[in-house]
Amino acid sequence: MTCRWEHFRHEADVGVRGLGETRESAFEQGAIALTAVIADPSSVEPRQQVRIACNAPDDALLFCDWLNALIFEMATRHMLFSRFEVRIADGRLEATAWGEPVDPGRHRPAVEIKGATYAELDVNRLPDGGWRAQCIVDV
Amino acid sequence: MDLSRFEQRSEYEWVSPPRGRMRVPVVIYASRDLMQAMDDKVLEQAANVAALPGIVQASYAMPDAHWGYGFPIGGVAAFDPEAGVVSAGGVGFDISCGVRTLLTGLRREDILRVQTRLADTLFARIPAGVGSTGELRLSAQEMDAMLKGGARWAIERGYGSASDLTRIEEGGTMRGADPKAVSEQACKRQRDEMGTLGSGNHYLEVQHVAEVFDAAVAADYGLRAGDVVASIHCGSRGLGHQIGTDFLREMVIAAREAGIDLPDRELACAPLASPLGQSYLGAMRAAINCALANRQILTHLTREVFREVLPEAHLPLLYDVSHNTCKEEAHEVDGRRRRLFVHRKGATRAFGPGHPELPAEFRKAGQPVLIGGSMGTASFILAGSATGMERAFGSACHGAGRAMSRHEAGRRWHGRDVVDRLAERGILIRSPSLRGVAEEAPLAYKDVSSVVDAADAAGLARKIARLEPLVCIKG
Repeated sequence: MTCRWEHFRHEADVGVRGLGETRESAFEQGAIALTAVIADPSSVEPRQQVRIACNAPDDALLFCDWLNALIFEMATRHMLFSRFEVRIADGRLEATAWGEPVDPGRHRPAVEIKGATYAELDVNRLPDGGWRAQCIVDV
Repeated sequence: MDLSRFEQRSEYEWVSPPRGRMRVPVVIYASRDLMQAMDDKVLEQAANVAALPGIVQASYAMPDAHWGYGFPIGGVAAFDPEAGVVSAGGVGFDISCGVRTLLTGLRREDILRVQTRLADTLFARIPAGVGSTGELRLSAQEMDAMLKGGARWAIERGYGSASDLTRIEEGGTMRGADPKAVSEQACKRQRDEMGTLGSGNHYLEVQHVAEVFDAAVAADYGLRAGDVVASIHCGSRGLGHQIGTDFLREMVIAAREAGIDLPDRELACAPLASPLGQSYLGAMRAAINCALANRQILTHLTREVFREVLPEAHLPLLYDVSHNTCKEEAHEVDGRRRRLFVHRKGATRAFGPGHPELPAEFRKAGQPVLIGGSMGTASFILAGSATGMERAFGSACHGAGRAMSRHEAGRRWHGRDVVDRLAERGILIRSPSLRGVAEEAPLAYKDVSSVVDAADAAGLARKIARLEPLVCIKG
């Protein structure tokens, strides 16, 4: 399967979904889907890197924590991210996110994200052997 | 929605009796048309809420209810202090998001003379949109003072006057806030966001009173047809969002450790009488104060702009309501007065005439209930009613509710076209994001008039006036 991201329907908010050959790549694609809620990820230059780490008792909570860590970094650094590298071992995620400060003229950000929710939250293997990670984010 | 699962108690009251794990019925107040347009998920979510421990009377949904996460948006649920729970998901991420309306003493024609300049000056001064920051930077000590003091804190620092306080729920300061329960991350997220509007459906509008339905109550509120008001819709910014995130996680993990099986993790909750429940209440109340302080600072900025563009204007507060909260209130249940913790998620408090919480000048009329519409449609002012106190613990709708997803709206409309079309109708939109404007296009929302008509007909609150926008600063 090819790695990709997509949004899925929710009445008031937006669903973000990452698909990949590994759990890590599904998490990376999910993060691109998160950026795409705000702005076109291809408009975001990967010029600065930020390291992120989180722990959770299961994969689903870990995905939600990962997105919430990115939301926190975006909000406090006023940055957007477009490239991600995720490593997961024993319930601990360590990642690097690359991006740049928000430039309203160039990125045309549509909306800020308040938080990743547990609604429609799921991290699972698909019948084809690939991984899917998804949840609804509140905007 | 499948209406066969409801018994109709009256034209606007739909009851789904308890089944399965439900402890109380679900009651939805809406017209048949609104019910038919509602997603089945609203009933599913309201039924899940009806199964939570200590819920009292019913799990309610307002006429604008739509599919949320955990609780439906437009959901109202009250819990017993001893047997009940508090739910971070039942309040939502944007704690104390709300609407505040300022009178101006101006008439519509006064605005038309300076409309473009007013729009441009407001847009220049009101921080709006993704990544915008305010001018204030709070020290740790000042952050604590703000989290405890709310709008009163802002007024003591020169943002407004003491007379504003009686026109804010809780007198401008939510008691029982506990800054120690607020995480460092939440404070860090708020560091440069005081006095910012945010994005999404948040806005500042200059509106005129297009229609008055009850002249006597409108007069009590200081409103006549043709008058101009300014309304601010926003919440507790990054601080509230982070508190929601922090406590949802804690409650999900605590529920798992306690062996509680939740039908939806977003329903995660803690007993009111537990350290986690109390800690959340303390943090959530601090976020309410943050929202009240934020709207107070934005009020000050708005007043400054009016002073510059229309020096004759004077902008006292009409009222300030919050629509994402959990508050301790006294209500009559089966003839007995009980202390309850009332969650309103996307629902406005609507206290009826005579309620001791209301300022003396509104005791006769009831609480002003401020309902925001979508950009380019109407907003409404309602009044709390005696029947509303009995129907849903003194609660009413909060807005139009989305009719389609942001994605679908962004696909259908271009921001520039939306701005141009509204300008042709005399409504000036200013926003840092055209994509954001497209996602918030008027037709992406349900018809707010039908929601308000249903709230009025169901006896939740009475229609007093309809407002139409002249200028909209969109985050």
